[in-house]
Amino acid sequence: MEKIVTRHMFQANTQNNFIGYLKDNGYQAARKALTQMTPVGVIDEIKRSNLRGLGGAGFGAGMKWSFIPQNNLKPKYLVVNGDEGEPGTFKDKYILEQDPHAVLEGIIITCYAVGSHKAYIYIRGEYTKSLHSMQNAVAEATKAGFLGHDIMGTGYDIDVVVHPGAGAYICGEETALLESLEGKKGFPRLKPPFPAVEGLFGCPTVINNVETISCVPAIINKGAEWYAKLGSEKNGGNRLFCVSGHVVNPGVYELAHGVTLREIIYDHAGGLPHGRKLKAVIPGGISAPVLTPDQIDVKMDFDSLKAIGSMAGSGGIIVMDDTTDMVWAAMIAARFFAHESCGQCTPCREGSGWVYRIIKRIYQGGAREHDLLNLPGIVNNIGGNTICAFGDAISMSVGSYVTKFRSEFEAKIKR
Amino acid sequence: MPTLTIDGKQIEVPAGTTIIQAADKLGITIPRYCYHPALPVSGNCRICMIEVEKQPKLQISCYTPVTEGMVVKTNSPKVLGVRKTILEFLLVNHPVDCPVCDQAGECKLQDYYMEHGQYDSRLSDVKVKKEKKAFSIGPTVMLDQERCILCTRCVRFTDNITKTHEFGVFNRGDHSQLDVYPGKQLDNSYSGNVVDICPVGALTDKDFRFKCRVWYLDKTKSVCPGCSMGCNITVEWDKMRPAQLKKARVMRLKPRHNQDVNDYWMCDKGRYKYRFIDENRIQHPQLNDDVILWDRAIDTVAQALKSLKSFNRTDRIGVLASAQLTNEDLFVIRKLFKETLKGAQVDFRVPQPPGDSDSFLIKADKNPNTAGALNILEPDADAAGIVQKAISGDIDLLYVFGHDLIALWDKKTVEQISRKAKLFVYQGSNINDTCNYAHLNLPSSVYAEKTGTFTNCQGRVQRIWPAFLPIGEAKGDWDILSLLSAKLGVPLGYQDSQEIFKDIAATLAPFSEMSYEKISDKGMLLKLL
Repeated sequence: MEKIVTRHMFQANTQNNFIGYLKDNGYQAARKALTQMTPVGVIDEIKRSNLRGLGGAGFGAGMKWSFIPQNNLKPKYLVVNGDEGEPGTFKDKYILEQDPHAVLEGIIITCYAVGSHKAYIYIRGEYTKSLHSMQNAVAEATKAGFLGHDIMGTGYDIDVVVHPGAGAYICGEETALLESLEGKKGFPRLKPPFPAVEGLFGCPTVINNVETISCVPAIINKGAEWYAKLGSEKNGGNRLFCVSGHVVNPGVYELAHGVTLREIIYDHAGGLPHGRKLKAVIPGGISAPVLTPDQIDVKMDFDSLKAIGSMAGSGGIIVMDDTTDMVWAAMIAARFFAHESCGQCTPCREGSGWVYRIIKRIYQGGAREHDLLNLPGIVNNIGGNTICAFGDAISMSVGSYVTKFRSEFEAKIKR
Repeated sequence: MPTLTIDGKQIEVPAGTTIIQAADKLGITIPRYCYHPALPVSGNCRICMIEVEKQPKLQISCYTPVTEGMVVKTNSPKVLGVRKTILEFLLVNHPVDCPVCDQAGECKLQDYYMEHGQYDSRLSDVKVKKEKKAFSIGPTVMLDQERCILCTRCVRFTDNITKTHEFGVFNRGDHSQLDVYPGKQLDNSYSGNVVDICPVGALTDKDFRFKCRVWYLDKTKSVCPGCSMGCNITVEWDKMRPAQLKKARVMRLKPRHNQDVNDYWMCDKGRYKYRFIDENRIQHPQLNDDVILWDRAIDTVAQALKSLKSFNRTDRIGVLASAQLTNEDLFVIRKLFKETLKGAQVDFRVPQPPGDSDSFLIKADKNPNTAGALNILEPDADAAGIVQKAISGDIDLLYVFGHDLIALWDKKTVEQISRKAKLFVYQGSNINDTCNYAHLNLPSSVYAEKTGTFTNCQGRVQRIWPAFLPIGEAKGDWDILSLLSAKLGVPLGYQDSQEIFKDIAATLAPFSEMSYEKISDKGMLLKLL
C-alpha cells in the first residue's frame, strides 16, 4: 500500500531531513499551487480529493477553506492544530518530529488557497521535540526562501509562528485553542460565529489538524482523483491509526480509510499478546464510545463508526484484553475528563467531577445500588447542554462503559 | 423586524435581539445566572436553555438571536428537566449553608430551586473544598469561593464596566475558583455593585453582613442625594425591629435600574452614605438652649419676619437655600421669600469646593438638585454677598437651610453672624457645628422621609418617595415654611407635594407639561428654552 503522510517517517536517518525532503519533490507542490493554480482551483482540488479533517471531526477540508469570506478586509489566518491531547493519540507528534517540511509545505498551499499570510502552529506543550523540530524546519525553509517574504519568487508572503501550548487538553478544541493563542485562558467560545468568520484576533481563520495539512502537498502533486481513490467512498486517502494497549505491536499505522478494526488489531498490530482475548476497544481516542469484540468488523472511516454509535475521532485505538477491569477503565476515563474539564460551563464543570467520584466509589467498593441507578442519568445530563463537545464526549464515552459492561459495575456493588 | 412566538405569545423585536430579551419584553422571565442585560454574554451557566421548534438541541436563550417565525417554548417538559439538571449540578459542590448566608432570601439558587428544582438530593459524595470562605477581598466586599457558581458576572463587570480587572477564575474543572488577581484588591469606586449582580452568596457586602435578614426589609424607590448624577436607588429599611438595630431604620441602599441615568449601577460613596438618615439628627425645635414646641418656633420666626416686612426692610432678610432641597421645597422658598417677602435676598450657591468626579457616574457637584434650584429660585442675590452683609450687620434675619457655614467659611464668620443678626435660623436634618451658633434650630426631614423631586445634572426631574415618617419632631422643609407662611397671614394652601409640583408646572416654563404621573419611575427632562 502506498504511504503518503508517513512516506518519510519511521526510517533510519530520516528525522527532519530537509535535504531528503527536497530530493523527494519537496516544495514542488507548493510551487505548482502558487505558480500554476488559482486559490479557488486549489480549494476545488482539495474538495474533490475528499480530504476530511483528521483531527477528529472529519469535516471536509476543502469545504472548510471555502467558508473563508474573501470580501472581508481583515487579515486571514491559518492555525495548525498540533495540540494532540486526546489519550491514545500520538500521530501528530511523529509528523511534527519526522516530516516537519510536509507540514510547512501544506501550510504554504493552504495559506495561498484561503488568502492568508500568517500561519500559527500550536503544538502541545509537552511535545518539546516536536516543537524544536518544527522551529528548526521553519528556520530552514525561511532561509531557503520557502517561507517569509516573496516565497519562491512568487510575490506571496507567508510568516509561520510555532507556538507551544501550556498543558490543557481543552486547548485542542479549536476555539479554546484560539483563546489560548490570543494569550487568554483556554475556554471554548460560543458558536456561531465560527472561526471561518471570526477566529483568531476576530479575523477569518482556518483551523486544521497537523495530519490534514500534511496530506495537502501530495494531493496537489498527484491530483484529487488519485487521493480520493485511495480511501473509501466519502473519505479520501489514508489516515494514521495509533494503536496502543494490549497488542503485540503498538504504534502508528498509515492505512486506508476502509480498513476494518479487526484488520488493524490482528493483521497490523499483531493481535493481543499471550493469546489473550479481546474484551473492549476504543476506536478513536478516549472520547469515542468503547466497542465490544462483536463490533470490530466495522470499517474505520468516519461514517461507518458513526453508524454504530461510536466515532473515528483522532484515530487513537486503545485495545483492552480480558484481564481489564472495565470499571477501572471507566474510572480512568472519568478521571481524565474531570481533570481536563475547563470549568467554564456548569454541567461539565460540576458533572465531570461528580461522575468520577461516583465511579471511583463503585470501583473501590463504597457504592450502593442507587449510585448505579443514578449514574447513567447524571452522565447523560452533561452531554448536549454544554458550550463545546467536551460534555458530549463525557456522556458518550463514560456512558458507553456503564451501558456495555453493566454487569461488571453491578458485581462491584454486590460485593 | 422578526416576529416570533414565545409560549404562544407573539412579539415583534428588532433583528439581533436574543430570545431572553424578547421574553423579558413579553414579561416571561427565563431563569438566569450568568446573563445580565448590562454585561457581555458569557453563556456559561446553562440555566436559560429553552426549546426552539425544529431544533433538536436546547438553545441558550441569552445568546441565541431571534429569527422570523421562530417558535420558542420556555416551559416544555424538556426545558423544565434541564433546569432541574443544571440546578442539581450547581449544587454538587455548593455548601448549602443558607442558614448562615447573608444572601438567603434573595438568592437565585434558593429561588430557582423552589420554582424549578424540588428534587431529592442524589448526592452522597464529598464536596470539593475551596480555599477561601468569608475572605476579605477589599474594603467593601467579602468572598466565599464555595458559594460561587462561577457565572463570571463580577469578572465581566470589572472587565467591561469599571475596566479595573480585579477578578479572575483560577484553576480548572470543579476546582475552578473565583478570586482577585494576586496582589490586587477589589478597591474601585463601584465595588459594591458586584454584590448586587452576584446571584448567590459568593460576594457579600461587609457593610450589610449579618445586620439584617433581607425578608425584614421594606423597599422604597428614591434618588441618591450624593451628587448631581441622581442615580436611581432603593432605600431598604427595617420596618419591624428598629429598636434591635440601634434605632437605625435604613439598612442599605441599592441601585435601581434607569437606563438613562445610572443603568444598574451606583458608586460606593453613594451606596454607603445613608447613616445620616438615622444618626446625628435634630429631633426637636430648639431656641438657644431650650427645646421648644413647633408653635413657638414658628411664632418666633413669624414675628421677626412680620416686623421686618412692616418696616419695609425685607432686604434685611437673608436666605441661604440649598441644592439638597427638593424642587417642591425650593418652590415654597420662592413663594415665601421672593413673593410674600419680596426683597429678601435668596441664594443657594454657597462656595463649595468641587468634589471628586469621574467619567462614569460620579459628579463633582455633590448636590442632587442644583439644576432644580437654579430654575426654581432664579437667584439674583449671591450667597457670599449675603454672608458678607450678615457679618457687617446688614442682615437682621439669616435663614440657613442645612449648610454648615463653619465648614464653608470659618468659625469667626459664624460667630460674628450669630452676634450681629437679630435672628439666625438653622433649618436642617442633621446636627453640625453651625447649629451651635444658630439662635433657632428647626428639625427638617431627610430625603428618605420626603415626597418630592430632584433635577439632576442632565436636567432630568426624578421623583423620590418617603420610606418612613420624619424622625422625632422633624417636619418636611416645605411643611415648615408653609406653617410660617400661614402664620404670616398668607396661607399657601398646599396639602401635599404633588399640589406644589402642579403649581411648579403651571408657573415655571421648564417644568410645564410635567406631572408626578408623567415623571413616574424614570424621570423627565426639563424643557429647554
